[in-house]
Amino acid sequence: MSASAMQPDRHEIAVTVNGTAYRGRAEARMLLSDFLRHELRLAGTHVGCEHGVCGACTVLLDGTPVRSCLMLAVQADGHELMTIEGLAADAERLHPIQQAMHAHHGLQCGYCTPGILMTMTAFLNEHPSPSEDEVREALSGNLCRCTGYQNIVDAVLDAALTMRTSS
Amino acid sequence: MTTRYFGAPVRRNEDRRLLTGQALFIDDVELPGMLHAAFLRSQVAHARIKHIDVSSALQREGVVAVYTAADLGAYWQPGPLLVPAPPITGLVFNPRMQVPLAKDKIRHAGEPVAVVIAEGRYIAEDALDDIVVELEPLPVIVDLEAGLKAGAAPVHDDLNTNLASHARQTKGDYRAAAAKAALVLKRRFHYEHGISSPIETRGVVAQWDARGRQMTIWDTTQAPVFVRNGLAAILGLGERQVRVIAPFVGGGFGPKIMMFYPEEVTLPWIAMRLNRPIKWIEDRFEHFFATTHERGQIHDAEIALDREGRILGVKDVFLHDTGAYNPYGLTVPLNSQCTLLGPYVIPAYDSTFTVVFTNLPIVTPYRGAGRQHGVFVIERLLDLAAHELNIDPVEIRRRNLIPPDAFPYKNEIIYQDFQPLEYDSGNYAPVLDKALAAIGYDAFVRDEQPRLRADGRCVGIGVACYVEGTGIGPYEGAKVQVQTNGKVSVATGVGTQGQGHFTSFAQIVADELGVDVRDIDIVTGDTDQFYWGAGTFASRGAVVAGNAVSAASQAVRKKALKLAAEAFECSETDLVVADGKVSITGIPEKFIRLGELAQRANPMRGAVMPGTEPGLESTQYFGPAKGATANGVHAAIIEVDPETFDLKILKYVVVHDCGTVINPLILEGQIHGGVAQGIGNAFFEKLSFDEQGQLQNASLADYLLPTALDVPRMELDHTVTPSPLNPLGVKGAGEAGAIPVGAVFAAAIEDALGLKDRKIELNEIPLSPSRLFELIRGGRT
Amino acid sequence: MKPAPFRYIAASSLDHALSLKAEHGDDARFLAGGQSLIPAMNFRLARPAVLIDINGLGEIAGVTGTPGDEIRIGAVTRYRALERDGDFLSACPLFADALPHIAHPAIRNRGTIGGNLSHADPASELPAVALAMQARMRVRSARGERELSASEFFVGLLTTAVETDEMLTDIILQQPPPGSGSCFMEIARRRGDFALAGVAAVITLDAERRCAAVRLALCGVGDTPVDASAAAACIVGQPCNDKTIADVAAAVRETVTPSGSVHASAAYQRHIAGVLVGRALRTAHERIGHAA
Repeated sequence: MSASAMQPDRHEIAVTVNGTAYRGRAEARMLLSDFLRHELRLAGTHVGCEHGVCGACTVLLDGTPVRSCLMLAVQADGHELMTIEGLAADAERLHPIQQAMHAHHGLQCGYCTPGILMTMTAFLNEHPSPSEDEVREALSGNLCRCTGYQNIVDAVLDAALTMRTSS
Repeated sequence: MTTRYFGAPVRRNEDRRLLTGQALFIDDVELPGMLHAAFLRSQVAHARIKHIDVSSALQREGVVAVYTAADLGAYWQPGPLLVPAPPITGLVFNPRMQVPLAKDKIRHAGEPVAVVIAEGRYIAEDALDDIVVELEPLPVIVDLEAGLKAGAAPVHDDLNTNLASHARQTKGDYRAAAAKAALVLKRRFHYEHGISSPIETRGVVAQWDARGRQMTIWDTTQAPVFVRNGLAAILGLGERQVRVIAPFVGGGFGPKIMMFYPEEVTLPWIAMRLNRPIKWIEDRFEHFFATTHERGQIHDAEIALDREGRILGVKDVFLHDTGAYNPYGLTVPLNSQCTLLGPYVIPAYDSTFTVVFTNLPIVTPYRGAGRQHGVFVIERLLDLAAHELNIDPVEIRRRNLIPPDAFPYKNEIIYQDFQPLEYDSGNYAPVLDKALAAIGYDAFVRDEQPRLRADGRCVGIGVACYVEGTGIGPYEGAKVQVQTNGKVSVATGVGTQGQGHFTSFAQIVADELGVDVRDIDIVTGDTDQFYWGAGTFASRGAVVAGNAVSAASQAVRKKALKLAAEAFECSETDLVVADGKVSITGIPEKFIRLGELAQRANPMRGAVMPGTEPGLESTQYFGPAKGATANGVHAAIIEVDPETFDLKILKYVVVHDCGTVINPLILEGQIHGGVAQGIGNAFFEKLSFDEQGQLQNASLADYLLPTALDVPRMELDHTVTPSPLNPLGVKGAGEAGAIPVGAVFAAAIEDALGLKDRKIELNEIPLSPSRLFELIRGGRT
Repeated sequence: MKPAPFRYIAASSLDHALSLKAEHGDDARFLAGGQSLIPAMNFRLARPAVLIDINGLGEIAGVTGTPGDEIRIGAVTRYRALERDGDFLSACPLFADALPHIAHPAIRNRGTIGGNLSHADPASELPAVALAMQARMRVRSARGERELSASEFFVGLLTTAVETDEMLTDIILQQPPPGSGSCFMEIARRRGDFALAGVAAVITLDAERRCAAVRLALCGVGDTPVDASAAAACIVGQPCNDKTIADVAAAVRETVTPSGSVHASAAYQRHIAGVLVGRALRTAHERIGHAA
């Protein structure tokens, strides 16, 4: 049977995002990035390229960063995700990395920022005392066209310090 | 006492929303009943369209409509010319504008041919495959010189030539200058600038309210007011029937001010016909074709100097690639032509350019907007001259700098604002001195470099100077309004793509009205909130809109003082404005809050003096007579691996003068970002078109944007030479970082590898390790 | 850039996956990490009618074997797991060098070694590593199973010897013999990009510190990973010094046939292949003295 005559292949998806359980139905081919943004209305995860290079769509899958544009929504069934909307503890308390990005002017247009925050939060959780070189290496999979990265690096190093001293 | 905000590194008001994923970007707009568009784009660069069959696409479940040029009927017309011909004597100018959907002919790969409207983007893309287009291929023009030859296939049949424009501008007498010169150097330069590639692509959402007869368009545009005006005219609606909203925009850099893109023109028309909101989001692959580019120029340039290295004159003949259409007029090549003059005294200048139509996407300004090309030519010529005359490359520049008492300095030729080029102010030598001190120029050349060479390391230094015309008109406006709760609301017509307007404009207001900067909310980019304006481009936002905000704030302050003076029955000079209140000097307990003054300014009953305007608000405009000229110097120390020709930037310094600085944090961010794009331009980004006009690297895997490992830590400094052309004394800074990087790279790499002594010159950008290998080793190990 | 429609089936077992593939043949693709397949599908360059998700097949995930013995890596083992397996990296040090070059952590958190080798991109690191280590590939179908050598496995551009109804299930490696040093190096335009050229080198010395054996494989310089061990054979029996290493580099430069790309000319690729061979052999040799 040719693909064009195919009925859409829909699947049930049960996924926990930022601690909240969601149930949805999506076509098999729906990308996780689109599912989060348009089905779950969590539009903080951004789409930049849909080929896994820019990193804007990065979310945490069971705690580790993945490109949501390179996963099918159906593959997230049964898993736990964290997106940018779940990074701050609550409306009052931003995560140290969010605070540091604000203090260091680590964002301009802000479009790549959610992907960077998710990537670097996971990085700092695994590497609490990184050098600048290590931060740049970890950041190198996220493209930013506005900032030239310098302030982001400073923000991450600052957040690392905050997280070390408060833990 | 209120904190003084102007000039302070205030953290941004807009950050929280962006940091928590709560800011509205175009693809976040969700409307009930919304349909999705996908455009069928030509896969060939030049062809006649014989037939388009959309019948299968219409059969596909979920497809609501399919349109081609024929379906648009009388609505189909080429876009308006955005920038008309400049007043240059003897100018040849053949304007040809882009069309909503290709009719009869395709002129570049990616040109839209049809648009599918479906229940979802996935289905719409499925339907693109259903459309059958019969084409008769034509010869493809990608080479500028070949495109101008007699018999070359014309991109525009009615023209019978691919000459889009020809212009010559002169000042002084170059021929006489060359005749007296001790040295005349002539070289060919190739400079290619790449694409903007912001991380957010473009998008349009159009919603037509048939009963209220109102059109709302969300658009990632840098110029919402002009888009509103133009689309209203194109759609046959009144301006007040159209609202254009530029939400948070994920990076603009120039191509998002190009208008009227086919998608901007077709989507509202479709929304009116289908009576449902329509969304189109450009995907990354489309972006390589559907959003405008910058590309290349070929310069045959010569410089005439005396024995001391003083420039007697420059002559330049160059070709400029405009792509398949030229709606943006001559802005880019004019910028190249004018910016070549740089911060130098160049008594004689003879510059000719020919703009060529090619079967490639349209070229319009992208950060730097042609200035890179001009700066590269003059800076390379000076480096080459320095070598020939045995003068230090910094010293030769110093000898030619326009002295500080020569301002306003008239360069005579016509600039992109159609005025004779005039530098309003500048003090160039201290900028150079600071840059040299920061990079440690003397110590490097004298001590460090010889030591590194002895160690077998190839490390070189490069310095480049530039002048940047900024802050041009026509004008911008701002409305500042104190609300009854004491907070201040500001609206302006420019859009925002990350430059921090929400904060920098608030700082201006905060100082003027004595209000906390966080209590000021700025609205940009919504034509219903502010009716008039031009847009963010050409490094003008802070200058033009900033001054309008300042003027409006001052007017509001005057009104507040007047109202308070009436209330206290005292003189306005006895009053102080601070901490959100107006109080009597020395008697702080006698105060009225600004919010209360706002209330008093809008009485529900009673009489007011004739001529009173209600409210504590003011709308003011600012239109500069001409642009303010910023300048700067970049210097870099670069190490090159002599085997692989890869490189590492060891140190990068920028010293910039953009006059008065509103927010140094935001300014530094602009410089960092500009330099990063300059590094991309110099060493990583190259559009690889083949002879058939096909782009071979249309993905971010192969079009290489620099990463955090490719952009070094930069050291920034600045001097302040205020502009006399606006009350705040500010000059633009948005493009400065991107402009001279190519020149710096070429100079530093040449120095690192000792190329001048080996008679090898780097007269092209972009470079790459492979290209260096070809140039230096002739492609042999 | 949305993928064309397909039917998605999460395989419940290896047998299930293999019977589905036998049924659908070339209309079906296995979905492992998806880090190469999904971008291709988003660009609509790949349009499988059926996607068989094998991420749940624990029976072909994970590293088994003890040091000194043969090491078996399940095809659905993610790069991330390999990167964090200290014992594995000590046993197979080429992987320690090569893995950090593969894209970026977010990609490595999903991508699998089996997906990488099956995709057979000639610029990819692990095919060259597999070739250098003379890996054996176990390939299974509903009909049975067979083993291929790495050189038999990679047959052409993005093409392996895996048949329509087969799946690569295991990669079997022998760790290098005692007295060996390994090094993988590559040159790419940016960190994580595909290699313009890359070299996997293993040098084994005899008791007199002369080269007893050399394995050399390159990526990025042909339609498949290139086994240059024969070209390197001139160093066998010799001490490893600048001259003998340079001879190998020159010999290898002659044998490779890079095709050039938008990023580099063929001449440049050939040139840096030689440079990398020299650097990798030198480093591999230096590491021999420090083996634990």
